[in-house]
Amino acid sequence: MTRAVDIQGLHKSFGDLEVLKGIDLVVDSHEVICLIGASGSGKSTLLRCINLLEPIDAGSITIAGENITGEGVNVDATRRKIGIVFQAFNLFPHMTVLRNVTLAPREVLKASKAEAERDAMALLERFGLADKAQDYPDRLSGGQQQRVAIVRALAMQPDIMLLDEVTSALDPVLVAEVLDQIRELAEQGMTMIIATHEMGFARDVAKRVCFLHEGQILEEGSPEQIFSEPEQEETRVFLDRIIAAGRM
Amino acid sequence: MAQSGPGPNVYFPPGGESDPRMPPGSGDRWPKILGGRDANARNVWVAVASTVIFFGFLAIVVVRSPGWPAIKESFFNGAEFHASFPVILQKFVRNIFIFCIAEVLVLILALFIAVLRSLPGPVFTPLRIMAAAYTDLFRGVPTILVIFLLGYGMPALELQGIPDSDYLWGILALTLVYSAYVAEVYRAGIQSVHPSQVAAARSLGLSRWQSMRHVVLPQAVRRVIPPLLNDFIGLQKDSALVFVLGVVDALGQAQIIQQGDFNFTPFVALSLIFIAITIPQARFVDWLIARDQRKRQSSAV
Repeated sequence: MTRAVDIQGLHKSFGDLEVLKGIDLVVDSHEVICLIGASGSGKSTLLRCINLLEPIDAGSITIAGENITGEGVNVDATRRKIGIVFQAFNLFPHMTVLRNVTLAPREVLKASKAEAERDAMALLERFGLADKAQDYPDRLSGGQQQRVAIVRALAMQPDIMLLDEVTSALDPVLVAEVLDQIRELAEQGMTMIIATHEMGFARDVAKRVCFLHEGQILEEGSPEQIFSEPEQEETRVFLDRIIAAGRM
Repeated sequence: MAQSGPGPNVYFPPGGESDPRMPPGSGDRWPKILGGRDANARNVWVAVASTVIFFGFLAIVVVRSPGWPAIKESFFNGAEFHASFPVILQKFVRNIFIFCIAEVLVLILALFIAVLRSLPGPVFTPLRIMAAAYTDLFRGVPTILVIFLLGYGMPALELQGIPDSDYLWGILALTLVYSAYVAEVYRAGIQSVHPSQVAAARSLGLSRWQSMRHVVLPQAVRRVIPPLLNDFIGLQKDSALVFVLGVVDALGQAQIIQQGDFNFTPFVALSLIFIAITIPQARFVDWLIARDQRKRQSSAV
């Protein structure tokens, strides 16, 4: 199995605040990793660093054998291979769903309009969004918007998908449709790193779960091990709080 | 007592289509002017009465003032108005020509400056400084001085190829001044687009410029259309300033007539022409703002 992502000794600070304090993480191709941990533990920052949205202070990130944090890396070319979906959807409000999905393929991959639209429609069809193609994002429910955001990232045919708490901004009744979409991606073998508060989902879909605490991966293992018999005290405390909040 | 329609204490959001007391399409301006926020029938009557009394009193004071006959003769002279209005209107075509060309140039130049000023990263510091210096300079110097300096200064250089056209320098001066204002308007629009939009665009592999072009600018321009039109109204009025270069525009024509018979009515006539073109635009801007507000409110639900 090849390594899709190889992160070594990653450090990241915002001013005086050190958010990531030495992260080591290896993700194999077709593997689904879930990052869990309290807000502020560094999950989002880690994902943004992998996508080069944040410059890193120390360490290295290697994607498919290529060091992307070295000198002279083509940032735009690297990002193309990594899809990221944000908590707040971030669809482009002035474009229809179809334009949202076709923008990057047309501008970045230089696909023709017909080609890009055909591929986009196929993706929208696959995720039950074909009838929304001509709608503007604000006409859609939160769940539909997030599914479009996932389709938009998929349209670039990424090797890896990063999902940053993609259901946290959603109405509870809309969470399921988004999780189903991600589950489908996992079954099809997409390599994914998922930051999530949905523990049931993480247990289902993840091959490995990493518990982040204060900028470090404190514990990692199979979902069964992390959720049933965590070794670290902090992990137990975190999971107890999640259970108390009724999220598991 | 039977009451038709809601009582005076029922709150309707301003400008709502649902308010049965307002004629359709009346917007939210008239009720606010007539009677303030709680525009019921009684308030409207009070508003009308107090308005008539106030302005009637003002008119009586003015008309009965000792100098009024002389003022009326030299500023509001009917015959003079009839004679001068068509001539001035004819020359107003030149103002329209000037401000239309200037507006197109402003749209382009201002956008260029705003984009320069919004470039991120330390490499672009010189460009940002230049753009900032430009806006500071041309917002600081009075428009009429810029027109003087360009209109008299540039031809005086007697450089080969520098044209000696009052129109050209007038248009250029207006373009330079108003681009400084409009660039700031654009910049405010660019900054109002949330950084997460850029993050989303960049994460899809779009370059800095592609993100600007396809994601930031379309949203920014849409948001700044009302303030942009406001600046254009200013520009249209200032098109009259090029007369200082000897261009016989509407103001030049009005002055020619005024100097012929020492009657100021042509200036009043020209004022009416300017009012006639700027008021519809001002109302259009109001309508745009109200529409945007409605849109935002309805999408926020």
